[in-house]
Amino acid sequence: MVWSFISRTRGRGRFDVTDWLTWGYLILGIVLMFGPVLWVAMSSFKTDAALSEYPPSFLPFAPKTVMVEGYDDPLPLYEITAGEHRGEVLAQIRRIGLNAQMVDPQNPAEKINVKIGDRAPAREFAMAFENYSKLFERFNFMRYFWNSVFITVVATIITVIFNSMAAFALAKYRFRGRTTVFLLIIATLMIPPTINLVPIYLVVNELGLVNTPWGVIWPAVATPTGVFLLRQYMLTIPDDLLDAARMDHASEWRVYWRIVLPLAAPAIAVLIIFSVMWRWNEFLWPLIVLTRSEEFTLQLALNAFQGDLQTSWSGLLAMTVLTLLPITIVFALLQKNITAGIAQSGVK
Amino acid sequence: MFKPLTQAVQLGYRTAFNLFEWPMAGAQRLVGISRVAWLFLLPNLLIFGLFTFLPIILNFFYATTGSDAILLSQRPYVGAENFSSLLSCTDYLDPNSCRRDVFWRAVYNTGWFVVLQVGFMIAFSLVTALILNRDIPLKGFFRGVFFYPVLLSPVVVALIWKWILQRYGIFNAGLEDLGLAPVDWLIDAHWAFFWIIFVSIWAHMGFYTLILLAGLQAIPSDVYEAAEMDGASRFRVFSKITMPLLMPTMVVVVVLSLIRAVQAFDEIFVLTGGGPGSATTLILQYIYETGFASRPQLFGLAAAASILMAVVLLVLTLLQLRATRSQAEG
Repeated sequence: MVWSFISRTRGRGRFDVTDWLTWGYLILGIVLMFGPVLWVAMSSFKTDAALSEYPPSFLPFAPKTVMVEGYDDPLPLYEITAGEHRGEVLAQIRRIGLNAQMVDPQNPAEKINVKIGDRAPAREFAMAFENYSKLFERFNFMRYFWNSVFITVVATIITVIFNSMAAFALAKYRFRGRTTVFLLIIATLMIPPTINLVPIYLVVNELGLVNTPWGVIWPAVATPTGVFLLRQYMLTIPDDLLDAARMDHASEWRVYWRIVLPLAAPAIAVLIIFSVMWRWNEFLWPLIVLTRSEEFTLQLALNAFQGDLQTSWSGLLAMTVLTLLPITIVFALLQKNITAGIAQSGVK
Repeated sequence: MFKPLTQAVQLGYRTAFNLFEWPMAGAQRLVGISRVAWLFLLPNLLIFGLFTFLPIILNFFYATTGSDAILLSQRPYVGAENFSSLLSCTDYLDPNSCRRDVFWRAVYNTGWFVVLQVGFMIAFSLVTALILNRDIPLKGFFRGVFFYPVLLSPVVVALIWKWILQRYGIFNAGLEDLGLAPVDWLIDAHWAFFWIIFVSIWAHMGFYTLILLAGLQAIPSDVYEAAEMDGASRFRVFSKITMPLLMPTMVVVVVLSLIRAVQAFDEIFVLTGGGPGSATTLILQYIYETGFASRPQLFGLAAAASILMAVVLLVLTLLQLRATRSQAEG
C-alpha cells in the first residue's frame, strides 16, 4: 500500500526513470534542508567533551565515569578491547606514556596496567541540558530574548496600524494627490534602506534613539510592501458598508477601526507574518544602532558570541537552537498561510 | 488555552479604539471630511519622510563632505573627492592598483557573487519547482521542506554552516571516512567563496522556488493535454510550452534575486566575516565597515559607495518594472 502511494505516477501506472529522479531529488532535499538544522539541534545537547570528539557521533554521548573508593574525583571508564583483561570495564587512574594505570571499580585495591591502544572509552547516551540552563544563568539569555520580543511585537503593531491607516486613505477616499502619494510610496520599494545607512543613522542619532529599541523600530515601520498589500485588499471591500456606517454618524476613525480593519483581516494576517519574520531576523540595522550589549537582540548576541573566542560552542549551539525554535514552531503551524501569502504577493 | 489570549487581544483592540477615537474624531471636525484622508496618511508619511526621503537627500550631502563628524554642520565640503577616491585606479582590472583596494575587491567579489549565486540558485529553484509541480504525494510537506531555511535568520543560517564546516566538523569527518583529505573550508579563500555562494543559495532558493511554482501552476493544463494528444516528447513540451509560458515569472525572479544579491551581507558577514583577508567581502560589508565598524568612521566614503550601489540597484529595478509591465500585458 505504501508502495502504491509512493509510486503514484501521472496515471500511466509505471514507475519510470523520471519518478526515480524525482524521489531521489526530494529525499536529497530533505537531507540537505533539514539535515544541517537537525545536526545543530543534536549537537546542542552534547557536553563540551563530546563536542570536541572527532569524528563526531550523531547522538549525544558522554564519557561514563565512576566513583572509586580511595579516589577523590570520578574516574573515566574504559572498555578493554584486547589483552588479558579483554571484555572487562575498568576505570582509569592515570596515563603513563603508552600505558594506562587502571583499576577495577569492584576491586579498588589492585592496580592494572593496560596498553592505551587496548582500551576504548565507555560512553553513555546523555543529553547535556546544562547547555541550555547555563544560557539562562550565565549568558543573560532572557535579556536578549526580551529585547527581540519587544522589538518584534511593538514594531509589528505599529507597522500594521500605520500601514493600514495609509492603505485605508489610499483605497477608500478620493482626494487630490492620491495617485502621487501612492506612487511615492511604491517608489520607496526601489530604495532599500541599505543605500541610506549613513543618513538614517544621523536621523536616529539626532532623535536620541541610538542604543534604544526604538532606534531599530521606527525607521522600518512604514513599509511600502505593507501599504501596497493592504490597499489592494481594501479596494475589494464594498463602499456601501462604509456609507451605511456613516449614515449612523460614525466617525471616520470608527469606520476604519470597526469595519475596514476586521474585514481586511486576511491581508493583515499576511502582513503580521511578514513583519514578525522581518523583525525577528533583522541583523544589519540593529548591528549599527545597538552597540551596548544590554540592548542586543538575539541575533546580535549570537553574532557577538560567535566572534568571541572565549565562548564555547556548547552555549552557542544551544542559543542557536533557541533562536530558531520560535520561527520553526510558527512555520510548522502556519506553513500553508505563509507559503500562500508569499506566492500571492511576491514579497519576502 | 487560547481563550484568555483572545480575550486580551479583544480588550486591547477595543481600548486602542477608545483611546484614539476622541482625538481622531476631533481632528476630523477640525480638518473637515474632505481632508480626513491626509489624517490617515500622516503617520506613515511622517516616517517615510524622516527615514526614507530625507536620508536620500542627506546621502548626497554626506557623499560630498569629509571628516568623521556625524553632524553635517561640522563636515567640510570636499566636492567629488569621495567619489574620485573610490574610483581612482591605475588599472581597473587589478584591485591592488586602486587607492581604495578593498572597495574594488568588494566590487569584484560582489560581481562574481551576483553572477554565480543568481545563476545557480535560479537553476536549482527551477528544477525544484518543476519537481514540486509533478503529481507527487505530500506536496505541501515537500514545499515546506525547501522553504524552511528561508525563514531562518541569517545569523542562525551562518552559525549552522559554520558548525558543519569547521575543521573538526561533520563534513570533514565524512570526507576522511571516504579517504579524502580534510580542508579548512572557511580559511581557504576559494573554498570560502564557494561556501558563501552555497549557503546563500541554501538559505534563499525556497523563496524563488515558491514563486516559480506559482508561475508553473498558472499554466493552464489544457495546453499540456493538447500537447500530449499530439504526442509531443517531454523535452519538447518543456522547451515549447513550459519555458515560454513561465518566462514572465522567470524574469521577475531573476531581477528580484539580482537586487537581493547585490545587497547580500548578513549570512556572509557572520559566516566568514569577509575573510580570509577580503576574499569574501562584498560591497555592503565594505559600506558597513567604512561607515560604522572602523575608526575613524568615514561616513562620506560610505555614503559615496552606497550611492554607487544605488545606481546599480536603480538600473536593476527599472529592468524589473519593465519586466512586470510586460508580464501584466501578457
